[in-house]
Amino acid sequence: METVTTLGPTSPPLSVRDLWVEYRAERGLVKAVRGVSFDLASEESLALIGESGCGKTTLGVALIRLLVKTARIRQGEVIYRRDGRAVDVLGLNPRELRRFRWRECAMVFQSALNAFNPVLRIWDQIHDTAQAHGMVSRDEVRRRAMQLLEQVQLDPRRVIDAYSHELSGGMRQRVLLAMSLLLNPQVLILDEPTTALDILTQRTIIDLLRRLKADVGFSMIFISHDLSTAAELADRVATMYAGTIVEIGPVNDIFYRPAHPYTLGLIRAVPTVTGEFEELRSIPGAPPDLIDPPEGCKFHPRCPYATPQCRTEEPVLQPYYGETHAVACFNVARVQQDTGDLGARFSQSLGDSIL
Amino acid sequence: MSEYLIEARNLVRTFGTRKARVTAVDDVSFGIREGEVVCLVGESGCGKTTTGKMITSLLKPTTGQVLYQGRPVWRPDGRKADDFKTYRLGVQIIHQDPYASLNPSHTIYKILSTPLLHHKLVASPAEAMTRVVELLNTVGLGPVEDFLTKYPHQLSGGQRQRVSVARALTVNPRCIVADEAVSMVDVSIRVGLLNILSDLKRTLGVTYLFITHDLAVAKFFAWEGRIAVMYVVSIVEFASTPQLINSALHPYSKALLAAVPEADPELTRHKQRLQLRSQDIPSLLALPSGCRFHPRCPFFEPGLCDVQRPELTLLEDNHYVACHVAARQAGVAGA
Ligand SMILES: Nc1ncnc2c1ncn2[C@@H]1O[C@H](COP(=O)(O)OP(=O)(O)OP(=O)(O)O)[C@@H](O)[C@H]1O
Ligand SMILES: Nc1ncnc2c1ncn2[C@@H]1O[C@H](COP(=O)(O)OP(=O)(O)OP(=O)(O)O)[C@@H](O)[C@H]1O
Ligand SMILES: [Mg+2]
Ligand SMILES: [Mg+2]
Repeated sequence: METVTTLGPTSPPLSVRDLWVEYRAERGLVKAVRGVSFDLASEESLALIGESGCGKTTLGVALIRLLVKTARIRQGEVIYRRDGRAVDVLGLNPRELRRFRWRECAMVFQSALNAFNPVLRIWDQIHDTAQAHGMVSRDEVRRRAMQLLEQVQLDPRRVIDAYSHELSGGMRQRVLLAMSLLLNPQVLILDEPTTALDILTQRTIIDLLRRLKADVGFSMIFISHDLSTAAELADRVATMYAGTIVEIGPVNDIFYRPAHPYTLGLIRAVPTVTGEFEELRSIPGAPPDLIDPPEGCKFHPRCPYATPQCRTEEPVLQPYYGETHAVACFNVARVQQDTGDLGARFSQSLGDSIL
Repeated sequence: MSEYLIEARNLVRTFGTRKARVTAVDDVSFGIREGEVVCLVGESGCGKTTTGKMITSLLKPTTGQVLYQGRPVWRPDGRKADDFKTYRLGVQIIHQDPYASLNPSHTIYKILSTPLLHHKLVASPAEAMTRVVELLNTVGLGPVEDFLTKYPHQLSGGQRQRVSVARALTVNPRCIVADEAVSMVDVSIRVGLLNILSDLKRTLGVTYLFITHDLAVAKFFAWEGRIAVMYVVSIVEFASTPQLINSALHPYSKALLAAVPEADPELTRHKQRLQLRSQDIPSLLALPSGCRFHPRCPFFEPGLCDVQRPELTLLEDNHYVACHVAARQAGVAGA
């Protein structure tokens, strides 16, 4: 049920509190999302990064409650706010949920590029979607679709009557973006929006997303295992490991002053193209088993900073640097000593850009 | 003796029927010295895998020749050269898709021991076991006992990719064609795998043709080697890695370098971009005349670029570029 409350002007569109999601599998319960909490600010772009299987997609899908049947939200709270109303997303009935998806919160799925129906024209797919969500006027849908296709820098007349196989990957991704904006949602969730695309196409999508966000003014959660997309598009970055957020903060803090050993490891493992040769370091070991995760901090078996405490006790997110940067690690002070070279990288890039 | 361990000469490959024929690779030439790393980069569909498969003879060139240790691999009548087997064992490929390339019904032990026994590289099954254990250790798959009896589907993408590396190593190749060998692997373990491949270069002197669409990976892996940039069907620039990364001359390479997002917020947000005239990737069915990049190139000169195909030309030390405009700027005529 919808609850009506009075909210301040700065209330975030989305607040997630202590969210747990698990899958039933043959071997046991897969703890895919474990106690995730965060706020998504208005017109903010938040990147979720982390390696394959850490729970990014599950978290995204849980927010719009499109989980598969074998999945269950064990506990938690998802509050959505718009125009002074607050909605308890986990309490919505099916009818309310359908309204919520697309109109309030739309998601573009991972590998959706291949999800187009091959025998339908783009227009039919857009029209079907619009109809399913209560936009009945064919003319109005058509007008809105043309306008959106133009907004994602496609030639509307050429694209709207095309079949998906006639479009390149980048064009399909743009059609998906246009469709997700059809009902003017406030929150957009994008799962790996640029992953399957070539460099030049990726660039178009990234620039487009930045422009759209400025023009249309939505909030965005985008999921990516690719740090460079996050560096490029995010206002804030959340690192996920084994189903939980282990660090969250402003994009520059995360890249130049990471406080969690796993974030530091990720950043040190990714080369930049520009500049001189850099040594890279790999993160030892393999990702944890989410059915039978290790005791204590889930990262401790791979962590060079681990102490006996880490093996038995799981650290929780705590403010680290100012109010905006939080980290779940007992050894922040020691990690910090090792991030000096990233700070140097920061001043160097700043220097280059001033030149 | 040739300067190169392996060499591609004017490789052309077409696909399809007589009615609908496409050229996937057109006139590709390069050589790789013993112990050297050459990276082949370029966007999807530009012909990287097709080139790699011709280098390893998994595909026969429509025209052109592959030379191993200076000797042609194909005879003029299209049959295999007499010492084909030496070449076949000497040049191994790691396939782009680790899911498709490992036999799903064989255990890891079987996958690795079969080539050893088949090519009589070991004298007995016991010796095969010793060698398989050695190989698994080389690619960092331990504890070894855990892996011997597993099937490919029981492994993660990264582990499977390492089995592919181990399998390529079974026959002691001198050259490995690594086709997107780390692309499906997570960042957190990618560097580890790249380091394993680098170690093989240092300890065994393995020569690499390293195929990737990821410029950052190419730079890291081939810093002491060279990079060839492909744009639809052919190579447009070939230079030492630092030259290519820091002073690319072909407009397409420049566009790629300018467009690639970087894992560094300030750097990536302040990069100079290069605006292309068009976003459309040409279809193989209707390749542009002259320079294939001309419809997109910001430096396009009508009457020249759309008429005359530029050839890969030496413009600076070890730096080959196929561009009329770059050639003129470098003071080299007749590209
Ligand atoms: N339907 C399912 N049944 C059982 N387990 C599942 C199911 N879907 C996902 N999982 C498991 O849940 C965990 C989280 O998966 P999820 O897809 O959310 O990860 P991800 O971070 O999005 O990974 P990727 O980067 O590979 O997309 C993984 O361990 C995965 O194996
Ligand atoms: N067996 C085949 N039959 C017909 N066309 C083919 C065949 N193999 C490849 N092609 C075509 O040749 C072109 C080059 O393909 P290739 O696989 O070499 O590209 P690539 O550079 O490796 O791309 P990617 O980065 O996507 O792996 C593509 O247009 C492809 O569709
Ligand atoms: Mg995912
Ligand atoms: Mg390929």
